Amino acid sequence: MKEIAAEQKVNLPPLTDDLSLHETGFDSLAFAILVARLEDDLGIDPFTISEDAAFPLTVGDFVRAYENVPA
Amino acid sequence: MSQREIFALRDYLGPELKGRTISDARHSVSLTNILSQTCLDTCRSKLSGRSVLLSMSGQLLSGLAMIEIDGIVRRMLLCPPDLNPDYLETLIADAEIDAVVTDNPERWTLTGIALVVSVGLPVTPARPDQTECATEWLMLTSGTSGVPKIAGHTLEGLSGAIVAEGAARGTPPVWATFYDIRRYGGLQIFLRAIIGGGSMVLSEYGEALADHVARLQARGVSHISGTPSHWRKLLMSGSAAGFSPRYVRLSGEIADQAVLDGLAQAFPNASVGHAYASTEAGVGFAVNDGREGFPASLIGPNRDGVEMKVVDGSLCIRSRRAAHAYVGKAAAALTDADGFVDTGDMVELRGDRYYFVGRRGGIINIGGLKVHPEEIEAVINRHADVRMSRAKSRRSPITGSIVVADVILTADGAGRAKEIRDEILSDCRASLASHKVPAVIRFVDALDVTPAGKLARSDA
Repeated sequence: MKEIAAEQKVNLPPLTDDLSLHETGFDSLAFAILVARLEDDLGIDPFTISEDAAFPLTVGDFVRAYENVPA
Repeated sequence: MSQREIFALRDYLGPELKGRTISDARHSVSLTNILSQTCLDTCRSKLSGRSVLLSMSGQLLSGLAMIEIDGIVRRMLLCPPDLNPDYLETLIADAEIDAVVTDNPERWTLTGIALVVSVGLPVTPARPDQTECATEWLMLTSGTSGVPKIAGHTLEGLSGAIVAEGAARGTPPVWATFYDIRRYGGLQIFLRAIIGGGSMVLSEYGEALADHVARLQARGVSHISGTPSHWRKLLMSGSAAGFSPRYVRLSGEIADQAVLDGLAQAFPNASVGHAYASTEAGVGFAVNDGREGFPASLIGPNRDGVEMKVVDGSLCIRSRRAAHAYVGKAAAALTDADGFVDTGDMVELRGDRYYFVGRRGGIINIGGLKVHPEEIEAVINRHADVRMSRAKSRRSPITGSIVVADVILTADGAGRAKEIRDEILSDCRASLASHKVPAVIRFVDALDVTPAGKLARSDA
């Protein structure tokens, strides 16, 4: 996230589990980039795999979305 | 039309020019006495006035047959080697084909086509033919899906740009092209060789690039053309060293500044030019100032009978070099009511120059915003360590789609991938709107190129 924040010139606040994604300063494009790069690194995209995956609201939700994908 | 106003390829093949040849990897045929020889069987006398399908496995026999039947047959339909055989029946009906000239006559015996003439080497002595009519040349469009359209041309239209540019000075040129001569871009070069009094070195399907270049050198090729993708592949291969053409031509895709500069560097003794042409619109113009795009002054009528205008960003051309019609029962109109062909090639005016930005049909949609992949590639290709790139859309659960780019690095750049990635992204951010900046850059060893020599765009 820090890499993309630097590229997108976003001032990233300290990342904590209960920080809302809105407060990260990331716009939808920055998230799209993050999801695409994570998919390349991890081989998974939890938001496409699961149709009923609730869209995460906080950084913690976002991380859990990846943790909950069956390996 | 009086008899002497009709001209045919044989008019450019007199015996007075010595040492002219046409060759592929296996054979070389002298063009000097070609008019008193034939590569066709004895049925050739029955071809007069027919609509002929040229179905050849290779380019050499195709070229020899074109020379022989131009001005004799009513029509000749050129089939590129990758033509899907499923489309033949439709094409044969649309072009009213009633004869086939082929090096594989067995394949055609049961097809119901009345006359099958076989073609082969060596050429044998024969009485020279007299031109009887202006043959209609039928070329297939290189669209990506469905039955190709048939564009009808005359030799006069096909050779319009060649005649306008005039004969090359000095030693007769030895032409070569990476294209197949049964496509518009390749046929232009074949005609340049024949009409300009020169020789022709053909490409060979499946031949390794290094072997091809060695053959170009051995045959003394002085003038050569290909698509920017062909040229990028050559520059990447390291095979260009030692090859020293006088004229290097690009067409068929957007020639960006990076490939023009790369060629000027690799061939310091050559003039490098890029031409705009399409199977439908014919040759529009050539640009020889070494810069991408073209001067805005070319828009409007010009003295060579080509008139261009830009409508909703698309280049439109009215020209005597254009095809005169699509051929076939249900064929669409080729031009608008005023005679302009809408090329679908999108241009943008910056200062006193127009720049090609992409194909109208190739636009990718990023979160509702339209993007031409070519404009992104042009920025990426400017990086000194990049040889070739392809931008495309990728599905995204967040925005619907994002831009991703596959990039081929030069040998020098291969060790610094991370650094180059950051440099490319910062170049892109400096000159492109944020939705056009690639979200992901992948370094790859190769990018697919279609049989027509263009970068394969599966999502276009």
